[in-house]
Amino acid sequence: MSTAVAEGKTWDGGNQPLKASYGKMMMWFFIVSDALTFSGFLAAYGFSRFKFIDSWPIADEVFTHIPFFHGNYPMIYVAFMTFVLIMSSVTMVLAVDAGHHLNKAKVTFYMFLTVIGGLIFVGSQAWEWATFIKGDYGAVQTKGGNILQFVDTEGHRVALRDIAVVDGHSQRVQHERKNGLWFVSEGTLPPYTMEQVIHGFEANKNILVRTQILNEEGKKTVLTRAESLKQLKENGKLAVEGANLHVNEYGSPLFADFFFFITGFHGFHVFSGVIINIIIFFNVVLGTYERRKSYEMVEKVGLYWHFVDLVWVFVFTFFYLV
Amino acid sequence: MAHAHKLEIFRGLVKFKSVTQKIWGVLIFLTIITAIEVVLGIYKESLPAVFMSQVLGMKLLNWIFIILTIVKAYYITWDFMHMRDETKGLRRAVVWITIFLIAYLVFILLQEAGYIFDVYDKGYIKRDF
Repeated sequence: MSTAVAEGKTWDGGNQPLKASYGKMMMWFFIVSDALTFSGFLAAYGFSRFKFIDSWPIADEVFTHIPFFHGNYPMIYVAFMTFVLIMSSVTMVLAVDAGHHLNKAKVTFYMFLTVIGGLIFVGSQAWEWATFIKGDYGAVQTKGGNILQFVDTEGHRVALRDIAVVDGHSQRVQHERKNGLWFVSEGTLPPYTMEQVIHGFEANKNILVRTQILNEEGKKTVLTRAESLKQLKENGKLAVEGANLHVNEYGSPLFADFFFFITGFHGFHVFSGVIINIIIFFNVVLGTYERRKSYEMVEKVGLYWHFVDLVWVFVFTFFYLV
Repeated sequence: MAHAHKLEIFRGLVKFKSVTQKIWGVLIFLTIITAIEVVLGIYKESLPAVFMSQVLGMKLLNWIFIILTIVKAYYITWDFMHMRDETKGLRRAVVWITIFLIAYLVFILLQEAGYIFDVYDKGYIKRDF
């Protein structure tokens, strides 16, 4: 065979150098672009974290709850979520494998389990968000936007609601359109005023202020009683409970912003993955792929589903472990 | 998929009899890695000081977490997404490009963030009044 003939065979079309169908290849390229989007977000998170490397919140102190149980269990629930997602990845790949053998019953069963796994994960994430928004101990935000938390002399955290002195007279009522100026609205009032917090702090002699700054051992710095009082009186501006896009009782508001944005974007992927899985599930049940004699659609949606799992592995590391 | 599945992982060290068996094998491996990560994460405080020593600008423990994550990502991509069974061309087009761009982006952003931290730290610019 001359070179001319060989070249003709290579370049004249009808050749499949990657031996993958169009749909699967496009799914791979979509995944590449989505991976770059996620890594952009995570790299931006890394940027903010390295910028405030000496004052970033400690994840083990932020995510410590398990549904239906009281107490301090860092990492446990999110490890469970990770396992659920990996497990649903396994049922997905089993569905793909059953599809290769054209076994409709098995594909149906495994697709069903995958959808269930996805729903458990999304539900867990919603709970995780709710817990994070509700908050735990509460804190005081300073004029510079930093967070002052409260600990007792042994270093255990103390909740804002346990120290703040509330007397009925100084309570301000939230302004609403119906009881005030109809063209002015006001956001939710902070749970306590600064006077109530300072008053309560003065009454409890064994309470100290803990700043955001990490010391040599990677722990938050605890101030002396005198310094604590000075900080509160001079810099304290706002009592904060929980986290939202503006304030965050756990530390830098950027931490909450990135948490909502990245886990939200990932949760949206899981949600849309569940929807797509449900559509494919019904197609399997209706026998669409049985008639087509090919379960490649299951394989393609499987690629997407594994990708969602893959992203979570990184989110887990960078938000909860590192 | 028309072409055959490769049934071995760890460069042929572990060989499975069927695809189903390989999937369960990989699940066990990923679960073990996740368990190691979680245990290290929970007992962070009581680990020997070696784990907290600085290596290339980060704690050794954090490097361990990141390496374990990449190992997990490898097995998810190679065995669950069947990258192992794809052609070399497709594999490289997807993996190399992604890894190069991500490494580049991460390097630039973290480098810049470290610089900004220094600017605040040395007091050239004040942010907390």
